[in-house]
Formats: sequence, C-alpha cells, structure tokens
Amino acid sequence: MKVSLTRRYKFAASHRLHAASLSEAENQRIYGKCNNPYGHGHNYEVLVTLTGPVDPATGMIANLGELDPFVEQHVVEAFDHKNLNEEIAEFRDVVPTTENLCAEIFRRLKSFRPAQLERVKVEETSKNSFEIVAEPGASARA
Amino acid sequence: MIRITRKVEFSASHVYHNPAFSAEENRRVFGKCNNPHGHGHNYTLEVTIAGEPDPQTGMVLDLKELKEILQREVVDRMDHRHLNKEVPELAGKIPTCEVVAQVIWNLLEPKITTGKLDRVRLYESADLYADVTNGAGA
Repeated sequence: MKVSLTRRYKFAASHRLHAASLSEAENQRIYGKCNNPYGHGHNYEVLVTLTGPVDPATGMIANLGELDPFVEQHVVEAFDHKNLNEEIAEFRDVVPTTENLCAEIFRRLKSFRPAQLERVKVEETSKNSFEIVAEPGASARA
Repeated sequence: MIRITRKVEFSASHVYHNPAFSAEENRRVFGKCNNPHGHGHNYTLEVTIAGEPDPQTGMVLDLKELKEILQREVVDRMDHRHLNKEVPELAGKIPTCEVVAQVIWNLLEPKITTGKLDRVRLYESADLYADVTNGAGA
C-alpha cells in the first residue's frame, strides 16, 4: 500500500513569454499574446504531493504545520504578486513558461523532509496544468 | 485496462490527540486539530476501480453495485459520526486524511470482487487530499 498526501497552494503573479535568443517576429509567432510587451498575470494553483511512511504516532506523512510554512516561504511568499521575469532571479534568463515554473517550484521544494516530494502540479488556469513527477526509485534529493 | 471512478461525500468530526504525548506535545504537533471537543469536515471520497469491461455488459463493475458498497462500507459507517469515538476501525488511531484513507482502502479492498481497487482518494477539504494505491513503498 502506498500513501501520498496532496496539498493545494495559490499565488498570483505576472509574466511575459519572450526568448532573448529569438527575433521579435519569432517571439510573436511562437508566444502570441503571451509575448505582449508589458506581461500579463494568472492565478496559479500548485498541488504538492508527498509520499512516505505514515508515522503511527501522528498519523501523518508530513505535518501540515511544517509543510505549510515551508511552501509559504519558498514558493507562495516568493512568487505571490510578483513579476516572474523581473523579480525572480531564476527567470532572468529563462522564459517563465509554466513548464519552467513547475520545475523551479519542484527544485525549491525537493529538500522538504521527512516526506519525499513526489509530484508538483501547477495549474496556470483552470484549463492548463503542468506537472513534474520524481523519477521512480530516485530520491528527490538530487 | 479501464479505470472507473465513483465519488461520494460524507461529513464527520474528529480530533487529533496522542495519549502518549504530553498536553504540550499534542498542542505543538497537532495545533488546532488537538482542540479537545473536535471539529469536522465535509469529506469527498473518490474510489477508482480498474479492470476490463465485461463483453456482455460493457462494464468494468456495475456502478450501482459500487455505489451500494460505498454506502454500506463508508457512508453508513462514517457519515455524521465522530471518527475517533464512533468508528471502531479508527479507535486508537489519529484520524488524519492519510489514516482515514488507509482505513477506507482496507474496508473496500476485500469487497471489490469484480475489477480491482486501484485508488482511494480522500479529500478532507478542497485543498487537501490523500491517495492510497496498491503501489510498492510506504
């Protein structure tokens, strides 16, 4: 039997999809409206899934009293009401698509213990979602 | 293989308290969930069955049958109950989302005789759920 726990978090942020290596015309063709010069925003929802043994003393894989502040600090506070391109160092030279955002969130959360980070899913809107799953058998420590 | 999922809802109360912990430790570990008179949630349970459709009926498992199993094993047992005090399967356990989902898996697994129980997903709120699957691991 395998047990996992998934918690949903929310933040709102703006971004602009623009690759410096591409011409203006190519950026416009590839990214469309998402390339508009002043950016736009989304209400992002992040689903964080952890696995691990359920501690019999607490009934928990992870204590939400520890997980919530960790995710608040490393993700929600870091990204909420920010411009991802301008204010997040990792997106200075990386296009803040939600694929890249999802990977960055996974990177920020993977050190959480004692549970193992299994999956990060980011819903950019109610219609688009992106997810990264830890490779089977691999420790998410890498 | 096809997976089918049925959803049911129930409402219940619970409290997190480990008698082996001091009062301070219970408070520190469980926070508000340790409030002595308990609190409640509207739970949503999604149960997934995996199997091959029967060529005669086109069904993996008759949803009427699954509905009856969920009613009998889960809703009748837990709806409008205090999970710690009124559900014997949870006696002496901390009824977190993870633990209640495991108990539900153990209740349902032997009752699913057509197809196989594939996943139990229990939402304690819209922002928190536990999954139990048959996978190796924890």
